[in-house]
Amino acid sequence: MLLEHAKLLAMLKNTGGIAGRKKLQKMVYIAKRMKQPFREKFQFHMYGPYSEELTLQVEEMCNASFVEEVREKISGYYQYRYSLSDKGESFLQAVLEEEEPIDSQLMQELNDCSSKFLELVSTVLYFDELPRQQVEEKIHRLKARQNYQAADIEEAYTFIEKLKQRST
Amino acid sequence: MEYDDGQLTEEKVFKDPVHRYIHVRDELIWKLIGTREFQRLRRIRQLGTTYVTFHGAEHTRFNHSLGVYEIMRRMVENLEKKMTWEEEERLVCLSAALLHDVGHGPFSHSFEKVFETDHEEWTRRIILGDTEINRVLLTMGDAFPKKVADVIAKTYDNKLIVSLISSQIDADRMDYLLRDAFYTGVSYGQFDMERLLRVMRPGEDQAVFKHSGMHAVEDYILSRYQMYWQVYFHPVTRSAEVILSKILNRAKALLADGYAFRLDPYHFRSLFQSTMTLEEYIRLDESIIMYYFQEWIQEKDAILRDLCGRFIDRHLFKYVECDPSEQLKIWPELKRLYNEIGLDPDYYLVIDSSSDLPYDFYRPGEKDERMPINLLMPDGSLRELSQESDIVEAISGKKRTDHKLYFPYDLLADQREYKEEKQRILELLHQQGG
Repeated sequence: MLLEHAKLLAMLKNTGGIAGRKKLQKMVYIAKRMKQPFREKFQFHMYGPYSEELTLQVEEMCNASFVEEVREKISGYYQYRYSLSDKGESFLQAVLEEEEPIDSQLMQELNDCSSKFLELVSTVLYFDELPRQQVEEKIHRLKARQNYQAADIEEAYTFIEKLKQRST
Repeated sequence: MEYDDGQLTEEKVFKDPVHRYIHVRDELIWKLIGTREFQRLRRIRQLGTTYVTFHGAEHTRFNHSLGVYEIMRRMVENLEKKMTWEEEERLVCLSAALLHDVGHGPFSHSFEKVFETDHEEWTRRIILGDTEINRVLLTMGDAFPKKVADVIAKTYDNKLIVSLISSQIDADRMDYLLRDAFYTGVSYGQFDMERLLRVMRPGEDQAVFKHSGMHAVEDYILSRYQMYWQVYFHPVTRSAEVILSKILNRAKALLADGYAFRLDPYHFRSLFQSTMTLEEYIRLDESIIMYYFQEWIQEKDAILRDLCGRFIDRHLFKYVECDPSEQLKIWPELKRLYNEIGLDPDYYLVIDSSSDLPYDFYRPGEKDERMPINLLMPDGSLRELSQESDIVEAISGKKRTDHKLYFPYDLLADQREYKEEKQRILELLHQQGG
């Protein structure tokens, strides 16, 4: 019964809301890679791993009034903020028994990061079968506009290591 | 066959109902088409279970892959007038277009959901593994197969090339919209592809479209919108897809429980156990799946037997519209009644949502979420399509999701037993559907 949707509702509840579609996408991807029970399918897009299925699930929850979507103007562009509605809360309570639990501490930690950093972390994870030097080359070529520095990449690797240790 | 500098001495053509002719001049492309992995695509339908609704939709991934190649060939030919291409890049583009779907399995959407596999990963393995395709690609150099695989995976350094095969307006979508419209027989899905190709210009990260060609782009977006609702998201097709997924789930569960199949599911065993080799995957096609479904109609397990019979004989589930918040109120009672009459709700009470489908609408999105379609304005600036087009803007704002609840009406309507319970179930379902 829309259990995949319920996991997203739980994520919104645990984090108190998420600002930005890109951030939401990267949080779910990273959490999935950290063995959280998300099942959405991701593909690499211009801005890193992206799931059309996830985009539609969020839209479905907005249309069902389970999630409130607010469009905010942020320095010249628009961003969408998502939070759990009362109706969504009721739905979540009703399916709680069937739902696989999500690590709320992990989700909160991811939510505290910037979406630019999460884009970098998810991209490193996407290429994690490659040697680090090749990953760095990929990042510099595919993400030239984001201008990630060596220190940013180092921070991303340290962050991933910390997440991996916790998920084992 | 004689070759000259990588070119066939005589052009080859395939007759095609969508593009009239598909032209092959490169030895590389001709050899790729002849490989067993590419020929396998003849045995995998492009639209999965859509043929149960639109009987013409029997076209295969083979037809579509040739079509994508042909559109890419024309794109490259047009763009060559505006920019310089390295010969190797041209061949990478054409090979990627031809091979972009080579990893699709039988009824691949349901397969991927149930077995958590990914056709893109299989595509990569076919291109880089021990295959005929890999050997043909290697004739262009050691690094060539990896370049083709990277374009398909969208991780290739040249983003313009990636965008030609995978973006919100690309060779893949152009072919499948035209082809699916043709084979389903619907009158939507048409747009002026020649015009689109003429107004396409190379941009920094992706192809853009001259503002004067906006109406051709609008037509393409409208076509995508209509095909989504009328063909891809058709409720009857979704019913067949729901049953197909439930068959695979049931077979998987039975195998895990050690059930003794009348016919050993040899071809599924490694798939169920996530140990499938590349060679086993290449051998798997829709004819094999249909053979098992036919055989499973004779199985002792009542659920597997019933579901396979429904799929083969097109005795599909009926549906009602489903509002997720209303559904909550009736769900516990529905499940209880189902259990009382001996119907397993896990297999016979299924919600299907728009997010379960591998198709999408055009959405401009927010900054850095996804590349939008950009128009090249007369002053050289770029504008996102929905900011210029009232039609696209209107469609972008529409509600684009729905949920349907599928159930076996025939079993519930047969009220020789459990009359009261079945009547109550039907009442609840129709109350849900309004």
